[in-house]
Amino acid sequence: MAEIQVTKRTPAQQQLNRKRGKEGMRNQIMMFSLMIFLTLCSFGMVVAYQNDVLGMSGYFVLPMVLLIAAVLVGLQFYYFMHMAEEEHGIPQFFMYTGMILGGLVPLAMLTIVWW
Amino acid sequence: MDVLNHKFTPETWPEHPERATLEAKNKFVGFWLFLGGETILFATLFATYLALRNSGPDGFEHTTQSLYDLKLVLVMTLLLLTSSLTSVYAVYHMRNFNFKKMQIWMSITALLGTGFLMVEVYEFVHYVGLGFTFGSSAFASAFFTLVGTHGLHVAVGLVWITLLIWRNAKRGLNLYNATKYYTFSLYWHFIDVVWVFIFTVVYLMGVIG
Repeated sequence: MAEIQVTKRTPAQQQLNRKRGKEGMRNQIMMFSLMIFLTLCSFGMVVAYQNDVLGMSGYFVLPMVLLIAAVLVGLQFYYFMHMAEEEHGIPQFFMYTGMILGGLVPLAMLTIVWW
Repeated sequence: MDVLNHKFTPETWPEHPERATLEAKNKFVGFWLFLGGETILFATLFATYLALRNSGPDGFEHTTQSLYDLKLVLVMTLLLLTSSLTSVYAVYHMRNFNFKKMQIWMSITALLGTGFLMVEVYEFVHYVGLGFTFGSSAFASAFFTLVGTHGLHVAVGLVWITLLIWRNAKRGLNLYNATKYYTFSLYWHFIDVVWVFIFTVVYLMGVIG
């Protein structure tokens, strides 16, 4: 097993850590509430479209719903999965590459499959 | 010093325990690479679904507009999203060196995940009862493959966290298992990400037509 340095935090440092942790958690809960709100918006728009309420047209609802999904995914990656924190350069690199390629594959299938 | 047997206290517990040793750092990078690969896997399944969602033999009766029940999908989404939040709580407690609370929040995560899976199984059984089976149409095959693969990932995650909770119950928190819990948390968030795409592309887009 690797050797590591063990440092003991002073009470003041410990308190600061706890405070930062609590703020971080409050941030996470705000992000979660935002995600729930956006999810409900998505569903609400589609149900409104289904029931012809508010004159929603498919041309508006579809891109909006996809945009909301993209935002939701961004929030998940950056906040829940800590991709916004430091030392996440390699994960970011590989995930963005995966997303680009992952966007190309459906595009290809949508183009070449017509039956 | 021997990290496995070292007795940590809340004051000496590293700030990022999931990346404190070299092995932990490697597991961290390795798991993100795995998630990059899973992104491609689900992209191929999405591609197949998008290409085939309106295809089937002539006169196939179940279409995306008629089949889906959005209430059930909303329940599933809220269950999975909440389970993602509870796993965030668990990692927060892990970073605070609070083993008991972390186990509790991970158990709640597992319970919510089980709830999600039960609702999904109910949905599939309902579809099969309607005559919408894997072999009914190209659309059906694509749907069951995509959503089924996601469900399988959820099931694997549930087995994983159950084993983690059970096997580490007496061990307490140390640098050996900190990274394992963190890795599970990443996995669980990822399948939530995939579910966001599923409910948007499959269910919401399906209802819009």
